[in-house]
Amino acid sequence: MEVLSFLTSGVLTALEPINLGLILIGVTIGLFIGAMPGLGSVNGVAILLPITFLVPPASAIIFLAAIYYGAMYGGAISSVALGIPGASTAVATTFDGRPLALQGRASLALVTAALASFVGGTVATVFFTLFAPLLATVALNFGPPEIFALMLLAFATFVGLGGDDIPKTVFSICFGLVLATVGFDTISGEPRLVLFDIQGFIRGIGFIVLAIGVYGIGEMLWTIEQTRGEVTTTNPKMTAKGLASDAKEAVQRGWKGTWIGSILGFFVGVLPAAGATPGSLMSYGVAKMLSKTPEEYGRGSPDGVAAPEAANNSASTGSMLPMLTLGIPGSPTTAILLGGMVMWGLTPGPRLFIDESEFVWSLIGSFYISNFAAVLINLAFIPLFIWMLRMPFTILAPLIFVLSIVGGFAASRSMHDLWLIVIFGLGAFFLRKFDYPLAPAVLAIVLGPIAEPTLRQSLLLSSGDPSIFFTRPIAGPITVIAIILILLPAIKMLRSKRRVAAD
Amino acid sequence: MRQGEISLAGILALFSLYLMWKSAELPIGYMRGQGPGGGFWPFWLSVGMLLSCVAIAWNWWRGKSPASVSDEPLMDSFGWLTVLHVGGGVIGFVALISVVSMYGAVCLFLVYYLRFLGRHSWVLTLVLALLLPVLLFFFFEGAMQISMPQGLPFTQPFFDMMYDIIY
Repeated sequence: MEVLSFLTSGVLTALEPINLGLILIGVTIGLFIGAMPGLGSVNGVAILLPITFLVPPASAIIFLAAIYYGAMYGGAISSVALGIPGASTAVATTFDGRPLALQGRASLALVTAALASFVGGTVATVFFTLFAPLLATVALNFGPPEIFALMLLAFATFVGLGGDDIPKTVFSICFGLVLATVGFDTISGEPRLVLFDIQGFIRGIGFIVLAIGVYGIGEMLWTIEQTRGEVTTTNPKMTAKGLASDAKEAVQRGWKGTWIGSILGFFVGVLPAAGATPGSLMSYGVAKMLSKTPEEYGRGSPDGVAAPEAANNSASTGSMLPMLTLGIPGSPTTAILLGGMVMWGLTPGPRLFIDESEFVWSLIGSFYISNFAAVLINLAFIPLFIWMLRMPFTILAPLIFVLSIVGGFAASRSMHDLWLIVIFGLGAFFLRKFDYPLAPAVLAIVLGPIAEPTLRQSLLLSSGDPSIFFTRPIAGPITVIAIILILLPAIKMLRSKRRVAAD
Repeated sequence: MRQGEISLAGILALFSLYLMWKSAELPIGYMRGQGPGGGFWPFWLSVGMLLSCVAIAWNWWRGKSPASVSDEPLMDSFGWLTVLHVGGGVIGFVALISVVSMYGAVCLFLVYYLRFLGRHSWVLTLVLALLLPVLLFFFFEGAMQISMPQGLPFTQPFFDMMYDIIY
């Protein structure tokens, strides 16, 4: 009952005119920033952080959290409409969102993404309300071996369930992980893999450089070459009736992915250093694994859009939990929010719920309101994004190239990275011609900076003994599941050979 | 396609070897008290890449991948020309950024693509090619406070005029 009374008071604070106004503005800004390739919630929150000094701390964090929410919704728009994941959290959304758009079902993809995001965000907020202190303690038990096991599981879902050529998938994963190591060795501080001694590589290779190269340039070249320039996205139409029927279809064909993403995303998001990207990828993998029609994944399955979208919203709420209760940010955006809280004179940590309960419950209350506002604003803007897709491809294609290059520069501020985008784009085009799956490489470059230090710290803990991944109560089962998934294609092949031999 | 598949696998195998060699500039083994060396992770991943290339070549030899049993050319002349025009246009776009600024390059690229590849009217081409860079300028320089490359000094009067508007 105490929780309900705190929550009611928090919701009422969030509904105060100034806070409600900030929520609406924040969600709208976040939606457009998230939809822009190269810009994500972290840019929006960082840029608008100074503005928050004009309002009380509770209103400030409500505003920033609203931008965060809006950007999470917006990431799907870029993935579906342009085929470029605006942020790493939306990579998995392109797998089925883009095929749906190419089939003329962009509205279904966008509506599914919006509704799944809403459910994901709401489920996570309910979990947050009920279990915040308890989950914070559980999350603390996740050390480097557990986090590495989780990363292994994320990659295993791709090898085991990918369906693509396995050696090419493994190549793609290893390639992405190697690219993530370029720059400095974070542990010894020495320069590492400065390719061809070009100094630009010292800064490393960012996820967005590879993602824009692969999806913004390579994928576009491939589409133009395959369709001989006669591309249409089958002229999607958008009416109020169509929106309602898409919403109905999204619920019918996307509910399973939504629930998987909502629950799994939250628990992965809660883990310090994990965040929304592994959450969305794992949810996609698990949804595919549990689906009765896994062959539909990658070809335009609403469940394939719903799972990562529900997960990234759920995880973004989840990642607030270690930030507030332990003072550990779960993602780059929450790291900036944490910095903001410190600047406003608040001390995140176990005592925050006691010392600043009004602030905490206002924030939790704002999650509910922001989520509701985000789904309405997102649905209202869908016709605009659909209109964009109705443009002739000879207009849309150069706009995508322009947004890719401009967005790529905005993210990295380096001409070296722009040239890398072009090289990755051309390389991706030829690799795609020979059926090399490129999504695993993009995921690997995102997860690599988490996987490597956790592996090295784990081996340091165990004096080089890899059994640490099998003997710990949480890491052990996760590692075993990952290994089973990696071996799944070989097991399937053996079984089919045996069946053929028996026939 | 058949020849292309094995050639690509060969190039990627060579690249994997290069990465192995480059990773070995830092210690690749376990160092007592310090854990795995800085080269450990990329080295063994490069080994993974190399082994994958060997497996790809093995599949090619057994004719297990679609490309390995295809006699079709990689691309016909139309495909090569399309890739050359579009890919070349993007390369030209990036090359022009250091000369005519990001916004100038956006404008020229849009004129090239819309008018010469897309065969749209001059009116539509000019409207988009002039409007989009201006919108991008207000979004990035004004709202997001992100400065884009300004090219050679001759573009400065344009930037001075635009900055006068936003500040």
